[in-house]
Amino acid sequence: MSSKKSLSGVNSTANEVRGWLYLLPALLFLAAFMIYPLIDVFIYSFEEGYNSASQTSFGMGLYNYMYILRDPYFLKAVKNTFILVIITVPISTGLSLLIALGLNSIKALKNLYQTIFFLPYVTNTLAVGLVFMILFQKTPYTDGLVNLIIGKFGVSPIDFIDGPYWAKMMVLCIYVIWIVMPFKILILTSALASVPDVYYQSAKIDGTSSWRVFWRITLPMISPMIVYLVITGFIGAFKAYSDAVAIFGINLNAAGMNTIVGYVYDMLYGDGGGYPSYASAAAIVLFAIVLTITVINLMVSSKATDNT
Amino acid sequence: MNVKIEKLTKVFPSRDKKGSEVRAVDNFNLEIPDGKLVCLLGPSGCGKSTLLYMICGLESPTEGKIFFGDTDVTDIPSEKRGVGLVFQNYALYPHLTVRQNIKFPLENFKGDAKLSKEEMEKRALEAAKLVQIDGLMDRKPGQMSGGQQQRVAIARALVKMPKVLLMDEPLSNLDARLRLQTREEIRRIQRETGITTIFVTHDQEEAMSISDMIVVMKDGVFHQAGKPQDVYDDPVNKFVANFLGTPAINNFEGRVKDGGLYIGDERVLDVKGVGDKDVWVGIRPEGFEVSSDGKLTCELTGVDVMGRDISVVCKNKASDAVIRAIISAENDVDPKSTNVRFNVKPHKTYLFDKNTEERISFT
Repeated sequence: MSSKKSLSGVNSTANEVRGWLYLLPALLFLAAFMIYPLIDVFIYSFEEGYNSASQTSFGMGLYNYMYILRDPYFLKAVKNTFILVIITVPISTGLSLLIALGLNSIKALKNLYQTIFFLPYVTNTLAVGLVFMILFQKTPYTDGLVNLIIGKFGVSPIDFIDGPYWAKMMVLCIYVIWIVMPFKILILTSALASVPDVYYQSAKIDGTSSWRVFWRITLPMISPMIVYLVITGFIGAFKAYSDAVAIFGINLNAAGMNTIVGYVYDMLYGDGGGYPSYASAAAIVLFAIVLTITVINLMVSSKATDNT
Repeated sequence: MNVKIEKLTKVFPSRDKKGSEVRAVDNFNLEIPDGKLVCLLGPSGCGKSTLLYMICGLESPTEGKIFFGDTDVTDIPSEKRGVGLVFQNYALYPHLTVRQNIKFPLENFKGDAKLSKEEMEKRALEAAKLVQIDGLMDRKPGQMSGGQQQRVAIARALVKMPKVLLMDEPLSNLDARLRLQTREEIRRIQRETGITTIFVTHDQEEAMSISDMIVVMKDGVFHQAGKPQDVYDDPVNKFVANFLGTPAINNFEGRVKDGGLYIGDERVLDVKGVGDKDVWVGIRPEGFEVSSDGKLTCELTGVDVMGRDISVVCKNKASDAVIRAIISAENDVDPKSTNVRFNVKPHKTYLFDKNTEERISFT
């Protein structure tokens, strides 16, 4: 607003009113659909024994939090989510960077490859889930494509969808990595293309090895984009749910593959549903985790960019 | 290190299928003496940057050879040629400090050439002192002015002690005052280091003022090379004569008849040794003398007094453009008079062939 004041001088109050007027529609929607529910969820999470039919509760307290933190399903969901985040974010970002570097250095067929790598992004999650079922599922009739391949190397068939925990987790991680990579590749290829050529020419004249060019020039120049991808990657992975459903079906607790968002959903609408207070408490815990991780991320990345 | 260029040609293929290929540099021959500051001078798009990039190895020539001393470097990659290049927009790494930027080339040395940390620090500081930015070693490029960034770029190019220093329009991103300052600075640095320096510019004043030798080119073709004053005094053709000098040379359509040079109907000069024909006449602004019985009559349009000199602006039927004559302020020209008469100085007057635009000498 201050810049507007200096531009128009006398009419500053009128301008300010007009400014707020322009913002009003967006603000109304944000308030109704973002801020009010946020506050509501926060309150729900402290209301003990809330009954959604009668809209009554016993009173305020920390019981909901104590309950979910002792609930083995919730703890399992937290564990699953953390494993998923820790494995998929670094691997998907690293692989995307490699592919983007490759795409950036080829000329022929670049557009074709770019399109191929972008396909998962525009493909429906559940359709992709179906493909993964065909790849990994073991049925009485077939062991699945992946089992056929690893069988050639003498590995006995593994039930990836309904078998041991690590196998299921591996499939979920591969799925998540595969589905988040197109966006990252897209962002990184455009970031790489935006690094001015003169830096590379200058480095070439100075006889800089390609390894050093990458670490000392390319990586620092695109680091803002990498930071962005890591932060949004963390947030996205923490909110994973549909990915697990696409592979393991809606009864994630039975499969032992539930995520935090899945737990929230189950508490609201699942078989054991009808517990908005527990769901709210779980949602607030997730919010706290994501907030903490994001703040740590920002702190680390700003320190890293200062040092380079 | 003297640099020799033999029959160098660069052809860029056309962008689309219909367009014709571009001969950016065409059959170029040049010898650049050791330890001199040489300017490649020409209008925008004349291929001077392409020539520079071929010398440093970022572009490979279509034909021809480049020698550094006796070594043929045509097929040697740029990092092994021992050249330093200063880019037009400096190309400093924005995330590195001045110190890190200057040290960058040194850190690439491998094997026996590898330097210790102290040695690198020492050489970086020496280079920084040479360009007088040793007080700003821990700044980042974004926190510096254009002139300072340019100095850092020069220090970075010099720190590895190149055999040849190349500069691609290094002053074009600076404002007028800084440009004057920095060009003096470049001259001083070149003198102190004695490195053979090749400097690309389209600004003839810049080229004239700092170089030991200028090379004038146009459309990829070599026109003339020599000391700035020699090229100015003795241009080989109309293009070179027109390109050098501010204000620019005045062009007239003229005619040689019976040993005399005619502009319009007036016989302005005796020219011996030239056959009768139509010619272009180029007269430098300082080649006019006001005289009441002068042989060339022009229609006066204005008089600019500039202290030491007077600039007389006038018109003549034989010239498309306005004519500018610079004369000493001791002359008295009445701005209200309609005509002004000049005598022309023979050594400031050049004749060029009407078709080839090559210089025709006379005595």
